[in-house]
Amino acid sequence: MANVGLVVVSHSRRLAEGVCELAREMGVHKVRVEAAGGDVDGGLGTSIELVENAVRAADDGAGVVLLADLGSSVLTARTFVEDADTSVLLADAPLVEGAVAAASAAAAGADLAAVVAAAEDAYDQRKT
Amino acid sequence: MNASDFAAWIRRAAELVTADAERLTALDAAIGDGDHGLNLARGFGAAVTALDGLPAGTTPGKVLIGAGRAIVSKTGGASGPLYGTALRRAGKTLGDAAEPDAAALGTALRAALDGVRELGGAGEGDKTMVDALAAAVTAYETAVDGGAGLPAAARAAATGAAEGAEATVPMVARKGRASYLGPRSAGHLDPGAASTVLLLRALADVTGGEG
Repeated sequence: MANVGLVVVSHSRRLAEGVCELAREMGVHKVRVEAAGGDVDGGLGTSIELVENAVRAADDGAGVVLLADLGSSVLTARTFVEDADTSVLLADAPLVEGAVAAASAAAAGADLAAVVAAAEDAYDQRKT
Repeated sequence: MNASDFAAWIRRAAELVTADAERLTALDAAIGDGDHGLNLARGFGAAVTALDGLPAGTTPGKVLIGAGRAIVSKTGGASGPLYGTALRRAGKTLGDAAEPDAAALGTALRAALDGVRELGGAGEGDKTMVDALAAAVTAYETAVDGGAGLPAAARAAATGAAEGAEATVPMVARKGRASYLGPRSAGHLDPGAASTVLLLRALADVTGGEG
């Protein structure tokens, strides 16, 4: 059965890859988690082309959830979703907690809407 | 304005943005992350390249959509999705019209503003490009309602954009990186508003001084 895939969009390639590393672990390696970090040259920034490539790699047929850090990552993700012809949604979620929650839900076979909801519920996990 | 005029607008905007790249970057270094001029020069450079690839007999709408797509792809900062969305919304609004008149361009400019607002979530008074763009669109519409032709309305829009941008100086930012500075963002011109002035000035430049 296909699982929902995840794409982590960040200004930093290393931040995106680090979040992916965590999320893959939480998705018990059943979930495709792809990084779209930095600009095309590896510097800080965002690239809609990297998002597009990552979404293609993450799509297993059950849709893809985007998680974004801030600023232009969020605007680039929103722009991508507006144009996307596949089932791609942006989760309104904190990056790390959202990715971990989404990966856990996706590994359990949750559908696209449920994975988004799991990511968004991560806001409620307070730290103090 | 026909498709060539719209392409000339994008080319003129690229020239103005490139010429002012250092100033935009300096404005951005004060309250943002210091890459606005460089990013936008790259984005509009890509837009000009995209125009060169459009077939002869293309429409004004396709010119703006093609330019907008290139700007989204190549800019690299938040201004890419924002200006890209503005141009694509404007282009979609123009539809297949071969030579949109002053009123049609006004509708397209209004759609561009709505697109930027929706994507970025900023309203007037948040110290963003919306302050300049909203003032420009309002000035354009007022001019057209008063009987102005496209060139005069474009001049009014450029003036309106400049006034809207100037009004961002005392504002405290509520969007983007500058919002983290709180009251310390006051006293600086918003770089996105400054670049919006250039885009409207480019429109006034290419539509000429008559009418």
